[in-house]
Amino acid sequence: MGWLWFILAGTLGGVLGGMGMGGGTVLIPILSVALNMPQHLAQAINLISFVPMAVAAVIIHAKNKLIKTDGLLAIIISGLVFCILGSFIAKNIDASVLRRIFGGFLTVLSVIEFYGILRKKRADK
Amino acid sequence: MKGKSLIKTKPKTAFIKLFAGALAGLVNGLFGGGGGMIIVPSLKHLLHYETDVSHATAIAVILPLSVLSGIFYTVFGNFEWGPTLFTSVGVMAGGIFGAVLLKRLTSKPITLIFSAVMAIAGVKMLFF
Repeated sequence: MGWLWFILAGTLGGVLGGMGMGGGTVLIPILSVALNMPQHLAQAINLISFVPMAVAAVIIHAKNKLIKTDGLLAIIISGLVFCILGSFIAKNIDASVLRRIFGGFLTVLSVIEFYGILRKKRADK
Repeated sequence: MKGKSLIKTKPKTAFIKLFAGALAGLVNGLFGGGGGMIIVPSLKHLLHYETDVSHATAIAVILPLSVLSGIFYTVFGNFEWGPTLFTSVGVMAGGIFGAVLLKRLTSKPITLIFSAVMAIAGVKMLFF
């Protein structure tokens, strides 16, 4: 029944991702903490499982003319170069260390998100 | 698609785009995710894209990054068919559901819960 857990985990990540909230930042902890996947594998699963949905999303968004292509290639090429760097760094970090760094990253992100909501709430008043 | 050219752009915006892309790429390669958290705010607040355009364009950026990082991770030995396949199915289903939900729910309470979950998960991974 293990397969079901992965579908559920993916669904949760996909829902949050579909709402524009960063599904990967939820999926990786679920895979790593709840499903006991090694950190690098959890990250790899997140990367690859994102692709089919992203392809569909891009096709739909392109049809709706929501993708702004000014300088898009510049962003992507710059990103691709640093993807390589990031991947190699991750490869050379121990899983337990990478997990901790990821945890720190997640904590920082959550604080930033929380701040964002606080500012919105104040702006609404 | 909207827009004039894929590469030409003003100097200041060029710098922002290169930098945001670089940071998103680094995070994508290092953590296997999180690039959206850099690209979306950059497009929205620094480049003043509309919200839906920011999110849509971000996915267009993160997609190739994830493909490249995914290839590297796989080549480095981090791959398992079963989990990847089933998670992909879930993500696809969830993504459709989430896109539909996006229109109906207010984002504030959900973002609050989301931030709390992220914080708890983050602290757990950081210390335990």
